[in-house]
Amino acid sequence: MSAPLLEARGLVKSFGDNRVLRGIDVTVPAGSVTCLIGPSGSGKTTVLRSLNGLEMPEAGTVRIGDVQLDCGSRPDARAVARLRGQSGMVFQAHNLFPHLTVLDNVTSGPVFAQGRSKAEAREEARALLERVGLADKADSYPVQLSGGQQQRVGIARALATKPKVVLFDEPTSALDPELVGEVLRVMQSLAAEGWTMVVVTHEMRFARQVADQVLFLDGGVVVEQGPPSEVLVEPREARTRQFLQRLLDPL
Amino acid sequence: MNAIDWDLVRSSLGPLFGGLVTGTLPLTAATFALGLVIAVVVALMRLSGNWLVSAPARAYVSVIRGTPLLLQLFIVFFGLPSLGITLDPWPSAIIALSLNVGAYASEAVRGAILAVPRGQWEAAMTVGMGRVTTLRRVVLPQAARIAVPSLSNTLISLVKDTSLVSVILVTELLRKAQEIAAPSFAFFTLYGVAAVYYWVVCLVLSFGQTRLETKLSRHVAV
Ligand SMILES: Nc1ncnc2c1ncn2[C@@H]1O[C@H](COP(=O)(O)OP(=O)(O)OP(=O)(O)O)[C@@H](O)[C@H]1O
Ligand SMILES: [Mg+2]
Repeated sequence: MSAPLLEARGLVKSFGDNRVLRGIDVTVPAGSVTCLIGPSGSGKTTVLRSLNGLEMPEAGTVRIGDVQLDCGSRPDARAVARLRGQSGMVFQAHNLFPHLTVLDNVTSGPVFAQGRSKAEAREEARALLERVGLADKADSYPVQLSGGQQQRVGIARALATKPKVVLFDEPTSALDPELVGEVLRVMQSLAAEGWTMVVVTHEMRFARQVADQVLFLDGGVVVEQGPPSEVLVEPREARTRQFLQRLLDPL
Repeated sequence: MNAIDWDLVRSSLGPLFGGLVTGTLPLTAATFALGLVIAVVVALMRLSGNWLVSAPARAYVSVIRGTPLLLQLFIVFFGLPSLGITLDPWPSAIIALSLNVGAYASEAVRGAILAVPRGQWEAAMTVGMGRVTTLRRVVLPQAARIAVPSLSNTLISLVKDTSLVSVILVTELLRKAQEIAAPSFAFFTLYGVAAVYYWVVCLVLSFGQTRLETKLSRHVAV
């Protein structure tokens, strides 16, 4: 079997005295969907941001494709940028560029960062917007869109640089409930197309239907991992059971 | 005694307008443009993590803001010649005013850059932009919008501050008024006309500021 597309080993990260990641391993095969779940403050976001160098762990390694980063060796900005170039990211708060049109948001990576021709990038961006159901919004500004539409533009922007893996940090948590579905459906169809995805989420239905593996984090460690049919349906660990129980019955 | 000589008002309108458009306005435009360039450079220097870069910028801002503009003008025009640097009134005026505006505007620009949310930097970096590209394509365009109100105030102050250069013999609106008033001692009349000119210019600029703010806030959620 060939090496997995993404491998993180032994990630350790502290904020001041607060040790947030205590030795995290993540292995993501190409074309698979990995969901990170866990209680608030368990370190999900920090893991995800360590995979593209937005956070720099004190120890551990991250490899995506043939780019490897040794986090403990105080890598320079160049090395971090190389790793970051392997992935795309979708943020909880979408972080679209408010001064650019939807189309220019999507072409921002290819044109400003990758130096590709504007005409070509625009053509691809239109196809991507079509793909997320927003072909008619190309010339709108982000502020003119609904939350769900904004997040779908965020997805198109992340895909435009042709990343090997797409990282999602709770892409639907900031949305009104009735807008969650349109974003999850786009993500589901991306998964079906074979995109490699790492998704921090509280959407258990999505995890159960779309994920190939689920990692349950608590207290900065991976407590349990496996296919959703195991972790989400018959968890082995008491902490996992408790967490799922609380999601089902918040009261 | 009649304080206002209306014939003199009428006959001075043209010459004072000349002082405005050949002195005050070009001086304002040139020094504001140069000041903005200085401001962006100094703001970026102050935001640098490198002490050797940020310290001189901080010192510059501190000195300029801590000394009178009139004194800065005197140092450039009367002081530099003793160091062997002799400048004409116009270059002296441009240098002193630009350095002054640059320091004040740099504070506004720095604040505006810091006010752009961190998520904008992060989003730009995740699509592959480096620091310089992120600044140019993402952060500065948004900072410009944030800085408009404060930079507009700087510009409006500058219009009036240019009158100080009359003391180093640059012929602008105020000096023109003095020249015309001197023979007949009609200072009240001439200064009154000059005041109206300054006021009208500032009114126009305030109006432009409002228009610009509206235009730039189009794409921003309220
Ligand atoms: N920049 C930071 N500075 C200081 N502490 C931080 C920072 N980022 C995260 N933390 C802390 O690290 C811990 C883990 O945070 P993280 O955001 O990774 O959790 P999470 O699992 O994503 O939680 P949530 O579900 O609430 O998003 C928390 O205790 C948080 O307060
Ligand atoms: Mg989080």
